[in-house]
Amino acid sequence: MLLAELSNKGVAALTYGLAAIGPGVGIGYLVGQAVQAMARQPESAGMVRTTMFLGIAFVEALALIGFVVFFLAGA
Amino acid sequence: MLLAAEFPPLSHITNWSAFAGDGQWWEINKVVIVYGFAVLFTVLLFTLGNKKKLVPTGAQNLAEMAVEFVEDGIAVETMGKEGKKYVPFLMSLFFFIFFTNIFEVIPVIQMPAAARIAMPMTLALIAYVVYHGAGFKSHGIGYFKHALVPPGVPIALLPLVMLIEFVSKFLVQPFSHTVRLFANLLAGHILLVTFAVLTTALVTPKWYAVFSPLPFAGVVFFTAFEVFVSFLQAYVFTLLTGVYINAAQSHEH
Repeated sequence: MLLAELSNKGVAALTYGLAAIGPGVGIGYLVGQAVQAMARQPESAGMVRTTMFLGIAFVEALALIGFVVFFLAGA
Repeated sequence: MLLAAEFPPLSHITNWSAFAGDGQWWEINKVVIVYGFAVLFTVLLFTLGNKKKLVPTGAQNLAEMAVEFVEDGIAVETMGKEGKKYVPFLMSLFFFIFFTNIFEVIPVIQMPAAARIAMPMTLALIAYVVYHGAGFKSHGIGYFKHALVPPGVPIALLPLVMLIEFVSKFLVQPFSHTVRLFANLLAGHILLVTFAVLTTALVTPKWYAVFSPLPFAGVVFFTAFEVFVSFLQAYVFTLLTGVYINAAQSHEH
């Protein structure tokens, strides 16, 4: 079994990588849609930008929790 | 021995030995000095903005721009007109976080205070008290109903929804609020340390020293990036505080 051969730190690093997949896709989609919205309606760019940062903050939290767990498990 | 480059353990890059009062409650170390400077700059900004000249000049101009940014960009954006009374609170929050963060890239200190969880946790707890306080002030004891029962939920699902809302609003929300600031700044700090360690490891008489400009360029690039992150995280933290206050006190739903 591959996982059994990895050290504790290896598993932690691997888990952080897994935790980053979802938020990576999420932020990409979110910013892409926001850019599209801003390109279509430049006058609403300010509102879209604020909402975009809010959305990024919520999505990013998942990856950051993964990052913290990486240190808790790997240290 | 390229791969053997000594990476300092995490405690070495976030723990600082005390300059005075080791182990006492008033212990003075690098992080405390960063707090001191951040408070000083924030108070300075408030003092500068407090002069009431009709045509602002110099420093007053800067301070007024800062106030305008927080007022229009954060308070009114998230809470509408009634957000104006929270401008002083959000303003001190934003600039305290921004000034502690920016010390990440200022030579000699180069330590974001938010990379120690104490500071983000304290700020998140202050914000927690403020937004739930605003909720109780606005709804009285009915705030629990406002917070826990979303409109239009079938009665059969109510216990489950209330449990989920309780966990998310009262437990997870302050936690993610803390971790967002803490982990972003800690990650940035580690990133800079990594590139700096790599650069010094490549300064050797061996042939692969020719690669040393690459991690150095990384240090330069990520230093610029961290300036942006310092600003963005202060903005996001304050923006979320505004959103939480608005969610707690709003009457629409």
